[in-house]
Amino acid sequence: MTEKHIQSPISPDVSRKLRVGDIVYISGSIIFCRDKAHKRLHEFALQDKPVPVDFKGLPIYHAGPVAKRSGDSWEIIAAGPTTSSRMEEYEADVLRYYEPSIIIGKGGMGKRTLSALIDTGGAYAVFPGGAALLAAGHMRRVLGVYWMDLGIPDALWHVSVDELGPCIVTMDSAGESLHERINSESLAQLKQLLSLASNCERVDRL
Amino acid sequence: MNSKIGGTYLNNPIYMDEAVYTPMLEEDFVSKVKELVRLSETCLPEDILEALMEAYKNEDSDLPKMQLQAMLENAKIAREKSLPICQDTGLITFYVSVGEEVQLPRWFVSSLKRAVFEISEEMPLRPNVVKAIDRLNVGNVGRCVPIVLFEQVPGESIELTVLPKGAGSENMSYLAMLKPSEGLEGIRKVVLSHIQSCGGQPCPPTVVGVGIGGCADLAMKLAKKALLRDLGEANSDPQIARLEERLKEEANALGIGAMGLGGRTTVLGVKIEVCDTHVACLPVAINVNCWAARKAKLVITPKGEFIYERRK
Repeated sequence: MTEKHIQSPISPDVSRKLRVGDIVYISGSIIFCRDKAHKRLHEFALQDKPVPVDFKGLPIYHAGPVAKRSGDSWEIIAAGPTTSSRMEEYEADVLRYYEPSIIIGKGGMGKRTLSALIDTGGAYAVFPGGAALLAAGHMRRVLGVYWMDLGIPDALWHVSVDELGPCIVTMDSAGESLHERINSESLAQLKQLLSLASNCERVDRL
Repeated sequence: MNSKIGGTYLNNPIYMDEAVYTPMLEEDFVSKVKELVRLSETCLPEDILEALMEAYKNEDSDLPKMQLQAMLENAKIAREKSLPICQDTGLITFYVSVGEEVQLPRWFVSSLKRAVFEISEEMPLRPNVVKAIDRLNVGNVGRCVPIVLFEQVPGESIELTVLPKGAGSENMSYLAMLKPSEGLEGIRKVVLSHIQSCGGQPCPPTVVGVGIGGCADLAMKLAKKALLRDLGEANSDPQIARLEERLKEEANALGIGAMGLGGRTTVLGVKIEVCDTHVACLPVAINVNCWAARKAKLVITPKGEFIYERRK
């Protein structure tokens, strides 16, 4: 378990070295991007259409903020991560086409994303779910908001952050996934619990 | 009850008893409901906080401990600064228990909607409500939203509970229509298998609400209603209370842990509500609440007092 402080944009040389269990703090800029924006990124990639912000080397953050507008600028009030598995369908293609560096979210992602991380030298990390005010405390400035037609939660928010963390690497470019490991361990535990019961448990013993 | 509803009172007032009759004013009600929603979004209930602290103390591996620490720090900031605990300020459900002696004013539901609309702008809350098909964002008030559920109970007060619930946990809802012969063992299997399959997605440690019986839709309603109960309050039926305790222990033995990163505490509690059902049915519904299990309660007395559930 190593603590690392990383500056965004992040080159593949840096993200490729991240390993499951590393604790990362990110400074620089990141892009909030979730459900509808992923779908649109995917569509635009297929049509080779330009997107409003260059993702190259920038972390994608699965999140939709509580934000307050004051005059021309926005203030991020709360911004914890959302469930990453909803982006599984698109993330592998987004990683390959737009070359963001790392993905930050919660709850983990699946096999397709893991294989794209291996190819691109990326990593997936989790920020504590629901810790929206801790996350917002690391957000310095909203650099731009795009695709506001998708609504505040689903728009692309380009935000400069300072030491955003602890982000724990749970999927890496060596093909390790902490989520897969926990899933198989808990599944084995479940099978054991259920087999015990079917042999000896009766209703009256509950 | 009829004797108390004189023609005098039908036009507006909420309470019928002449001696204690106090008309409730719409403006006053709206502002009190706004305060209730703010309380629920910013101030985690005591039982949840205590359970999270307990989980933190019991945890000995680094990654889940770090998650629990972040949760507790985050909850503290929210309380001190009166800011939303989570950016997913949820879809809002109101549970209204109406005393038999109470006649609700006609503006009751519209005022709940207005309160949500206004507090969404003032706090602000995240605009979370969209059209189901075309996904156009409409803010926090829409068709059938906020959700308002009524129940008539003995007494002369109104109990109003607000449950804002995020989608990370709501998306983990589950319904199984078991064969009656599967019984308690079948219920246990469904609940444990479901908690396992959710992994870290609903932001564990979670509170797991289970609804048993009724019909499909009622079981789902019971499952969510179970989340209103405090963690320390077991089901009044001893057999069900034992099942709650056992499922909690077994769920924690799965080792999913805080945010699914492994660890000792996967659930803070399992709460079960049961209703009678059809001879050929055994519906089992599950509604999971995230660690940020937000709720707040307000009692409106016959004297027109608004009493908020205490928070330290």
